[in-house]
Parts: sequence; C-alpha cells; structure tokens
Amino acid sequence: MKYAFSFLAVIALILIAWLGSLIPGMQYFFGVAVPYLAVLVFLGGFIYRVVQWAKSPVPFPIQTTCGQGKSLDFITHNKLESPDTSGQVVGRMALEVLLFRSLFRNTKSELYDGPKITYESSKWLWLFALLFHYSFLVVIIRHMRMFLNPVPALIGYLDWADSMFEIGTPAMYMTTAGLLTGVLYLFGRRLFNRHVRYLSLANDYFPLVLIFSIAATGALMRHFLRDGIDIVAIKELAVGLVTFHPTISADIGSIFYIHLFLVCTLLVYFPFSKLMHLGGVFMSPTRNLKNNSRAVRYINPWNPDIKPHSYAAYEDEFREFMVEANIPVEKELEPPPEEAAEAAPEKKEE
Amino acid sequence: MYNKGYVITGLVIFVLFVTFPVWFNGLDAGPLPKPEPPPGGEKQCVAPAAEMRDSHMQLLNEWRDDVLRNSNRVMITVDGKEYRKGLQIACMQCHSNKEKFCDTCHDYAAVSPTCWDCHIAPAELAKKEAQ
Repeated sequence: MKYAFSFLAVIALILIAWLGSLIPGMQYFFGVAVPYLAVLVFLGGFIYRVVQWAKSPVPFPIQTTCGQGKSLDFITHNKLESPDTSGQVVGRMALEVLLFRSLFRNTKSELYDGPKITYESSKWLWLFALLFHYSFLVVIIRHMRMFLNPVPALIGYLDWADSMFEIGTPAMYMTTAGLLTGVLYLFGRRLFNRHVRYLSLANDYFPLVLIFSIAATGALMRHFLRDGIDIVAIKELAVGLVTFHPTISADIGSIFYIHLFLVCTLLVYFPFSKLMHLGGVFMSPTRNLKNNSRAVRYINPWNPDIKPHSYAAYEDEFREFMVEANIPVEKELEPPPEEAAEAAPEKKEE
Repeated sequence: MYNKGYVITGLVIFVLFVTFPVWFNGLDAGPLPKPEPPPGGEKQCVAPAAEMRDSHMQLLNEWRDDVLRNSNRVMITVDGKEYRKGLQIACMQCHSNKEKFCDTCHDYAAVSPTCWDCHIAPAELAKKEAQ
C-alpha cells in the first residue's frame, strides 16, 4: 500500500500538470510561476535544513571507525578508516561521497534451517547506486544546454559522449538508460528484498517513483511524444527563466509541462525529505569527525563554563565561616587593626 | 552554529552551483536564432512548419533508413508536389543555406547532427569545385 500511495500521488501530479497546462493562460503558471517558487523553496529549505543541523551540538566524538586508529609507531594506522588529521577526514569523506564506500560494505543475511544465519557480501546496491547517482548528475549537467547561451564547449562534449552510440534520432543518451535502470533497481530492491521492504516507508517509495516519472517523461519527450517539443521555444523559456525575462513564445506540448512540474515537485520536496542526504552526508558526525579522541580532548559544546577554583581562592572566599566553624585554615583571618591586640588572646582562651 | 566557517563555505558553494545559469548568462538571454526562410520564396514544405520544427530529425532518419537501408526511393507527394527523399535533394533545394538555416537553431540548442558526417556541406562543396 505504501508504494501504491506513491504511484497515486505521482499520477495525481501528472494529471494536474497535464490538464492544467491545457487551460489557456495556465502555461505561465506551470512554466514560470511554479519553477521560480520551486527553486526558492529548494534553496531556502536546503539552507534552513543545513543550518539547523549545524546548530545541533555533537556532545560526544561519535565517529564510526572500521580500522586501526592511530596508536604506537609499530602498529599500522589505517588512515582512511580511522582518520587522525583533517586531511585524512577529507580523504575518507571523498571516498564516501564520490564512491559510496559504505555501500560497498553492504551485506546480505540469510537464515537457514538449523537455525543458521549467514552473511555474504552484496555489491549490487553499491553498483546500482553509483549508476543511478552518476547518471543523474550527468543528466543535470547536460540539461545546462537548455539554460546557458552560448553553451560551453564542455557541455557539448559531454552531450556527445553521452549519446555516442547514436541510437535513434535524436540520439538516445546512455545516462537516460542508466538513470532508469538505477531507479528501477532501487525501487525493486524495496519491493522484493524482504528486509528492506519491511522498513520501507511511503517517503522511501515516493521519491523513487517521482524520479522514475521525471526520467520517463524526459525520455518520452525526447524520443516519442515530440508534438509541440520545439527545442528553440523551450530553450527560450529556460534561458528566459534564468535571466528573469521568461517568455513562452509557442505552444509547447503538455509532456513538457508534466516533466517540468514533476521536477518542480522534486525541488520542493527535496529539502524536507530523505533526499537531503545530499547535504547531510557532509554533516554526519559519524563521518566528518577525526578519530583522535585519545590524543585531543573532545569538548562537549554544551558543557557549562566551569572556571578553575584553587584551594587558596576557596579559602579566601570562605575564611570567615571556616574560622567561625573552627575549621583549620592555612592563612589566619587578618584581625581588624584596632582590636587585633585584644581579640586574639580572647579567642585563644576560649 | 558550530563550525561556521566550513558550513557557510559549503552553503555558498552549493548556492553558486544551483544558480550557475544565472550568473553564467549574466542576465543576458542572448540573441534568438532566426532561421532564414527559403531564398527562392517557396512556401510549401513536406509537412507543416510546427511539425517540421518538432520532428524533422525523425523524418530525415526515416528517409535515410528507407533510401540507404531498404532501397525505397519512392517519391513523396505532398499537395501535388513531388519530393525525393533526401536532405540535399529535397530539403536543401529550398533551404539552400546551411549556415543561415540549419546551423542557427542547432548552434543555439547545442545540437550536433550527424548529417554532415556523410553529406558534404554546400559551402565546402563550393570550395572544392572552385579549386
């Protein structure tokens, strides 16, 4: 049911954009107002979330380590698994962000009669996650040809490399296939892997269905439903949006507005969802802390500011009371200058 | 906020990335392409202009497959006028100037069609003939 809800939600979004874009005058709403609003919510929400995280104190050094920490000279230090300096943290972080190192450690557990449980390395998640994320990245970069005028040569080269198999006209992009394959795997995994299915929620399925629909409408628009897909008019709108003079000069096909509306939904949904792992991976204390808590004292940021209080200062503060209560003091009470001679002997007599 | 320096630097980089098209274009949309109408003044094409704008590339690919792979050179008749299937023997009979017609939009949208991998562009042909 959780995935059925995601499908229903995306179908509703598609219907809104499809029927909405057919109403005369609503093209400006779907083509101009919604994208501006979406980008504003995306940027504002993203910054808000990251600032909220940055405001949360980390009371303990909670870095996860998977290797030997820095110790005596003759014990080999595993620099990437248990970083000791900021440089090593950057190295570890780069491997995590660029190569998804923690997914590489994914294991599959199976229960046999006995009962006996086995664990086995399972690299599929890592492989398809890489495929999915890098395809998505390339897809976003090559969309820049719609927003930049003139188009930088680098984007032209990327476009050429991505469509080098020249399948069909316009040529199919490898990353379109990669993105769709990746998202289908990630979705299928949640359906068919019992463990993951048990802990999957609607907010796990929804972004996958949404991204699948975005990629599918994009591919349909490029290869099949070309009615009203005049690239020049679309680029005029896109460049107009980023130069703040948006114009819609021609009737653009509904499939374009559906694609755009789904992308806007993704942008709005992004900061308030699990997709924030884009920013969150950099903010995880389990990854970005150094494992040097034995060498450098980790200070809990919410510790109260306690000043050192020496015994001499303590005695200075309480000398009168101590003397009154007959507690021995290191430095006697200074008698007032006039009564000094009388008061001292009296006290001794008592 | 903890680690202010790192967090703010990261956020600034992120915002610059997201707004890349804004500052790259510098709020200047640049000129729109204006493909030249046929110099000979022809008004009729094999399909309406809107349809040609959307899917001329698919039509050309179909023609290529028909002619080169299936040896199907049957002429196409539209409104009593016959066209042979081909880029240079049909399209470019009217739209004779590649630079002022094809290239204007292709450059704008950063499309590099493979037509000219096999066809010799008219300008280059003229150069060769002059030699």
